[in-house]
This record gives sequence, C-alpha cells and structure tokens, in this order.
Amino acid sequence: MTDRFDLAVVGAGPAGLAAAVTAAEQGLRVGLVDAAARPGGQYWRHPAESVSQRDGHGTRTFRDLRRRLRALRDRGVLTYLPDRQVWFVERDEDGHVLRFTGTTTAAGGVLRSRALVLCPGGYDRQLPVPGWDLPGVMAAGGVQALLKGNRTLAGRRAVIAGTGPFLLPVATALADAGVEVVAVCEANHVTGWARNPLGAMAVPTKAVEALGYAAALLRHRVPYRMRTAVTAIHGTEEVEAVTLSAVDAEGRVITDRGRVEVDLVALGWGFTPSLELVTAVGADTRKDVDGSLVACVDEWQRASAPGVYVAGEATGVGGAELAVAEGELAGLTAASDLGGRRPARRVRELPVRGLRVGGLRVGRLRAAIRRRRAFATAMHLAHPVPAAWPDWLTPETTVCRCEEVTAGEVCRARDDLGAVDVRTVKLLARPGMGWCQGRICGYATAVLAAAGSGDQPSADDLRSLAHRSICAPVSLAELADSHPDSPPPDHQP
Amino acid sequence: MRRTADVVVVGAGAVGAACAYFAARAGLDVQVVERGRVLGGTSSACEGNVLVSDKEVGPELDLARYSNRVWREDLGEFGGLWEFEAKGGLVVAATDSGARGLAELAGGQRAAGVVAEDVAEDDIASFEPNIRQGLRAAVHYPQDAQLQPMLMTAHLLRLTRQRGGAVATGTPVTGYLRDGDRVTGVRTPRGDVSAAHVVNAAGPWLSEVAALAGVDVPVLPRRGFVLVTEPRPKTVHHKVYAAEYVAGTQSSDTGLQTSPVVEGTPSGTILIGSSRERVGFDRTVALPVLRELAAKAVDLFPVLAGVQVLRAYLGFRPYCPDHLPVIGPDPRAPGLWHAGGHEGAGIGLSAGTGKLLAQALAGHHTDIELAPFDPARFATETT
Repeated sequence: MTDRFDLAVVGAGPAGLAAAVTAAEQGLRVGLVDAAARPGGQYWRHPAESVSQRDGHGTRTFRDLRRRLRALRDRGVLTYLPDRQVWFVERDEDGHVLRFTGTTTAAGGVLRSRALVLCPGGYDRQLPVPGWDLPGVMAAGGVQALLKGNRTLAGRRAVIAGTGPFLLPVATALADAGVEVVAVCEANHVTGWARNPLGAMAVPTKAVEALGYAAALLRHRVPYRMRTAVTAIHGTEEVEAVTLSAVDAEGRVITDRGRVEVDLVALGWGFTPSLELVTAVGADTRKDVDGSLVACVDEWQRASAPGVYVAGEATGVGGAELAVAEGELAGLTAASDLGGRRPARRVRELPVRGLRVGGLRVGRLRAAIRRRRAFATAMHLAHPVPAAWPDWLTPETTVCRCEEVTAGEVCRARDDLGAVDVRTVKLLARPGMGWCQGRICGYATAVLAAAGSGDQPSADDLRSLAHRSICAPVSLAELADSHPDSPPPDHQP
Repeated sequence: MRRTADVVVVGAGAVGAACAYFAARAGLDVQVVERGRVLGGTSSACEGNVLVSDKEVGPELDLARYSNRVWREDLGEFGGLWEFEAKGGLVVAATDSGARGLAELAGGQRAAGVVAEDVAEDDIASFEPNIRQGLRAAVHYPQDAQLQPMLMTAHLLRLTRQRGGAVATGTPVTGYLRDGDRVTGVRTPRGDVSAAHVVNAAGPWLSEVAALAGVDVPVLPRRGFVLVTEPRPKTVHHKVYAAEYVAGTQSSDTGLQTSPVVEGTPSGTILIGSSRERVGFDRTVALPVLRELAAKAVDLFPVLAGVQVLRAYLGFRPYCPDHLPVIGPDPRAPGLWHAGGHEGAGIGLSAGTGKLLAQALAGHHTDIELAPFDPARFATETT
C-alpha cells in the first residue's frame, strides 16, 4: 500500500524524535505525529528558533536530532506532522491506523503504518493540598515550561515544594530569572539516596549536574529544607502565603513551621506517564516503583501488542537522556523487525540476538538504558510521594478542579456509597470526569479511594484511570467526518 | 456476609438495588451478592432514562407508567439524591412517513393514559431552540424523566443497608443450595447463604446465573455506545430523539442500528446515543458506531458540530428476544426468581420491577399483573 508508512511515531519529545530519526535513517518511511507546534516535547521546549546555552545539558542532543529531522524531512523519507493530537488508534490487517485532530493551521486526518512507536511522554503528578486551586499555584513542570516557553515570570516570590531532584532545576531557573525563592521544600530526606548508592552512582553526570544546581542555589542563597512540606496554601483571590510543616518519613505533620508570604507556589511530585495510547492498543502495563502505570516492554522496547514499541517516560519516568536512548533503540528494533528497505550503510550489520542492525551501537544503547534506569529507580525509591499526604486535606479541599469535587465528596462516595475503587468514585462523585479526564486529579482520587481499605491504588485502578475510549477531545463534526477512507496526510508539511 | 437471609439478590446494579430496597422495605432480611464491585455493569454505562415515550402500547408500557409513578411517589423523597429530573421528552420526525408513524404511536399511547402532546411544526423551536430546521412533527412527553443511574443504584443500596440489609461485593454466585428442584440459597467462594428466595438480577449476565440452576432464560447482550461532550451551557432542554428510535428498540436485528438520542445532564455534559448491535460482550471501541452517533447528533442539533467529545462509553443491554423483561418466580426451579431483561429501559423500569417483585416475594397481590413477564414463557417454549 502506497499510503501506508512503515512506522508511525507518536510524540516528538526526546524519545519520539530519537525513534523517528533513527528509524528513518535505517531506511523506514516514517510519519511523526506530535501535539506541539515544534519538536522537542515538554523537555526541550524552546521559544521559536532560539536555543541558548542556558537551556542546560542535552541541548546538543536536541540540536542534533532536530537537524537530522529536517534533513530526513527534506529527503522525503520522514513526514513530520506537528500540531496534531492523536484521538484514536486501532489495528487493521496491515498494522495500525492513527486518527488525529487538526488545528487552525493543520488539517486533521489519518496515518496508517505497519508498526507504531509510542512516545507520549508524561505530565506533572499533582497532589491536592488546601488552597492549591488558587491562582499562583502551579505544577513544577508547568513553571519550568512557562520559563522555557516564553520566559514570562509566574511570580516574584516563590516557594518550591514536593519531592525529587526536579525541584532543583525549577528553583534554579526561577532564581536565575530574578524570582526570590524563599525555600525549596523536599518532603523526603536526601539520605534516601544512600539506600541505593549503586543506582545513584550509575550515572556520574547526574551527580555533577546536582552539584551544579546546589551551587546555584547557594549562590542565590535559597534554603533547601528537607522533611518539609507545604501543607496549606492561603489567599483569597490569589496566593498570599503558605504553611510550611516539618513532616516525618511518611509525611505526617510533626510541627508547624509557620506561614511564609509568597505569590508563587511550585509543587513537584514527580511525573505521570501518558498511557492512553498504550492501553488503547491493548499493550500490557504494570505499576512502576514510583506508583505510576507504565508500559511493559522487552529489552528491545517492544510492547506486548504486535508491532508496537514504547519509549520514554511511558515505560517508566526516567528523564530525557533515558528517553533518547530508548527512542533510538526502539527505532533500531522497529527497523530490524520490519526489515529496513535498504541495508543500513552507516552501521555494521551484526546478528545480535536476532537484531540485525548495528550490534555495537545497540550494545552501547542497552548499557546506557540499564544504567539510567537503575538511576531512575534509585531516584524514585529515594523520593516517594509521602503516604500520609491525604492527612493534609480538609473536607473542603478541592480534589478535581474541572468538576469542582472536594475531598469530602470523594470520601463520602467511598464511605457512604461503597465506592472502594477509583472507577466507582468517579462514577458517583465525578472527579476526573471533566476537561482533563482525570489527568490532574486521577492519581490523588485513586489514592483517596484505595485509602478506604487501607491500600494503595492497584495496577487495575491505574489502568481504569488510563483507559480512554477516545484518547483526546475531538469535535463532533470531526468525529462525524472521520471516514475510514480518509486520505493520508500531505507528505510535505 | 449473612449465612441466612429471607432473600438473596444476585447483582448490585439498578434492578438488583431496587429489588433489594423494596424487599428490605417490606420487612424482609436481604443479602445482596455482587461478583464485582457495585455499578460494575450496565447501570454505569447507560443514560439514566425514565421513559414512557418509547414504549408501544402493551405490558411494557403498563410497567413503564407504573414505574414512573413509583419514582415520583414511593421514591420521590430521594429524587434529589440521584438528580431525578422531570424534564420531559421530545420525539421528532423529519419525514412525512416518520410523522405519520409518530402520530399513530402517540395516539395509542394517549389512549393508554400517557400524556403525549402534539407540537406544531412552528412550535418545535420553542421547545428546543437549537434543533435543526425542517422537522415535520414532534410530540412532547412531559412524563419522561432522567436520573443519574450510578447515584440511584448506590443510594438504593445504602438505603437497603440502612434497613438492615447487607451488600457483599467481590462475591460471585458459583452455584445454588438445592432441596430437590427447589433453590434454597446460593454458593459463593465466601461461603453459602441459605434463603427462602434467590432473585437473579444479573443484568446481561442473567442467563449465566440462571444456567447455574439448570434453567434457560434467553437474555442476550445488546451493545450500545454513548458519547459524552464537554460541559456546556444548557443547549438541549429535553430528552430529544428521533421517531425511528422506537422502531430500533423493538427490532430484533443483530446488525448495527443507530438512531439519534440527545440530552443534557445536570453536570452540563451532553449525552449522545443510541446504537444497538448484537456482538456478544465485545468491548472493542467501534469507531464506525461513534461516527454515526456523532453525525446523527449534529444533523439533529447543528449547533453541536464544534462541541468536543470528551469520552465515549459502551454498555450491554440485557435483551430478551420478545422485548419483554423477565420478572417473577421460575417454576422450573422453585425459590429462584428473575428480575431482568429490560433491555435499554432497565433504569426507568427498575423501581417498578423492584416494588412488584417485593410484593410477590411477600406473597401479596401485585399492583399490576406479572403474567406477561413470567419466566415460565421460556419453559413452555423449550418443552
């Protein structure tokens, strides 16, 4: 079939870019669909064309991938479809069919392919806390996106709270941008690293990077407070102050550390991978060490569904470098599985466990993936979401912002109406039923639902959250016009 | 879980909850057993219809009218808990032949006591300002209503517990306690429960639960999809559907049928149905079905074209080949009762079904005849 791509790649972040570029260089005809207007994903989010040295490490990798993307596009072997959101995926006899919505500048349409690489990335994992719905409270990733995206300051006096190493670059970026950062509050204790020193040591560059952030924080005189959490946010029209609390290892409040006046609160509780497309193609999923649902992949990035590969955060949150390595491996595996159209000239072909492309390159990649995965696991184990965070809530605390559902309503559905799991809580109290379809409140709701029986959310609970019959909003007119014989997208973007 | 009860109800969906509630209200000791979690099946995958408009004259219309009263009278005090909304239905016809069929249907319903008001062509817009131009006829059914089926089911189970009943989830029925032909209780992995009566309210799985007692009750799944839009300011005021919908519900075709059904909800979303197809318990999201639903909804309400669909869900209507529910004792297995097979009307008919069944369980005369719904009709077919 002439209108069928060899490979469709969803997502043009670190993993997707690497997968698409690699596979196209191996001779596959590749279609790359992405929701954003420019390549780079959440991680490499840059204003227009300017990429300065200040954007941190990995920029060289990004520039290289972007250059190769342009070259492949110019050669006509890679079709890049930005500004398109995939809302439906299904199998057909020859592979997969992706349907995507358009925007004002791009038409919606269909992309058929023999195989599929899913690199959907992730988004901030959010936990409700009293006052978190006030203007001026943002997810840490959102703050960084604002800074990277258009350099606007989200506030003048900020507190950064949550857990994990990601708090550091956000604090540094805010301080560099001239925001007074009154504190970085880390809910855990960094001696947590000692629990798994091998994992942490596996990626020495990460240690260097952390030192760099620590130095920057020192320079800006930003206090770094461990076992400290923002347990309430105050304000009427917008954020005015936060309550800081000293917490124990489980997150239970030990002492009140008082109110601090701020106009910006950045909360970072890690990331949640986007699993809509992974579950839609019927691929197996599992619960990762950080409590997120992730795709099961083999050591070649193959998912359990035939012809599907997954790379990046969707296989387990681990950062951009891991994502790039996984994306590259997925691209190589797909090329090998599909039997690239022409022999790859750039790499020696070696039969490595059935993989016929670039044995050395593959070996290096897989070693890098193992190392970075070990590091990510150590990071997750050292920075768990504190189990007792629901104690910080009051019955009036909003859990679902779209549908304005409070913690009290969630608990009533659970305790009075017998909703013991997140699905039933959603049906009865409507959290997660609005615009974001639970992307913001899903994790918190699942935890609150499971807490009724003293449990943590099960993998099945997380699956029911991730599953969406329609993967992204689509207008009725577009849905009505989604004919099976829709033409393929233009090959020249 | 109880070891003994007067009544074991199998299934914690809307019909099971209504049977349990009315049985408890009649003073019976009730144990509900549910293999999954509450709201695991069809009751959480429907629109919450309480309709008289879509029933042709006959026993099902009688049950619908009766149930409509039960919702407003016996259960009226709880209506707010489950967002009972007496918003009325508007059935429209786009063609002259459709208009004739609708007039005939409404005439018969009126004679049977249904309030069915003809709406002049020029007045249709005053009922639904956003509806398309060029419709030939419409009938307004003020008795039609809608409720939130998940809240209704959960609250009826809560009220059952309040009256001393018990609800056990994660408890599948694996067999029956028998005394000769007689069913004297249920077996579950969590232990046996002996009871004078066992009510099979397993929805589209009613056949499976009946088969465990060696009796055949032909209830089959008939799949339907619903689209849910983003929340909107009030756009659709009634339950609005095309006259062809009634023909669709009464057909026995196995192939795909769709007819537009559009309505708003108190949360602002718009629900769009309806489709029916006999594909077993296939949970694959079928894009061609969603496409037809979207196209027909936009045809009826052009203003919806740019409205975003946030999700779609599917459910399985419990369908009987003769389009009548199965309500009453099964003579082939004394002690076993069935309450199900309401197809797409189970939410609306659940209250009436529960009340009638409770009357029969208590040995009282039922408010309306259960004979047309007698499970024995299948016994005579097979012998």
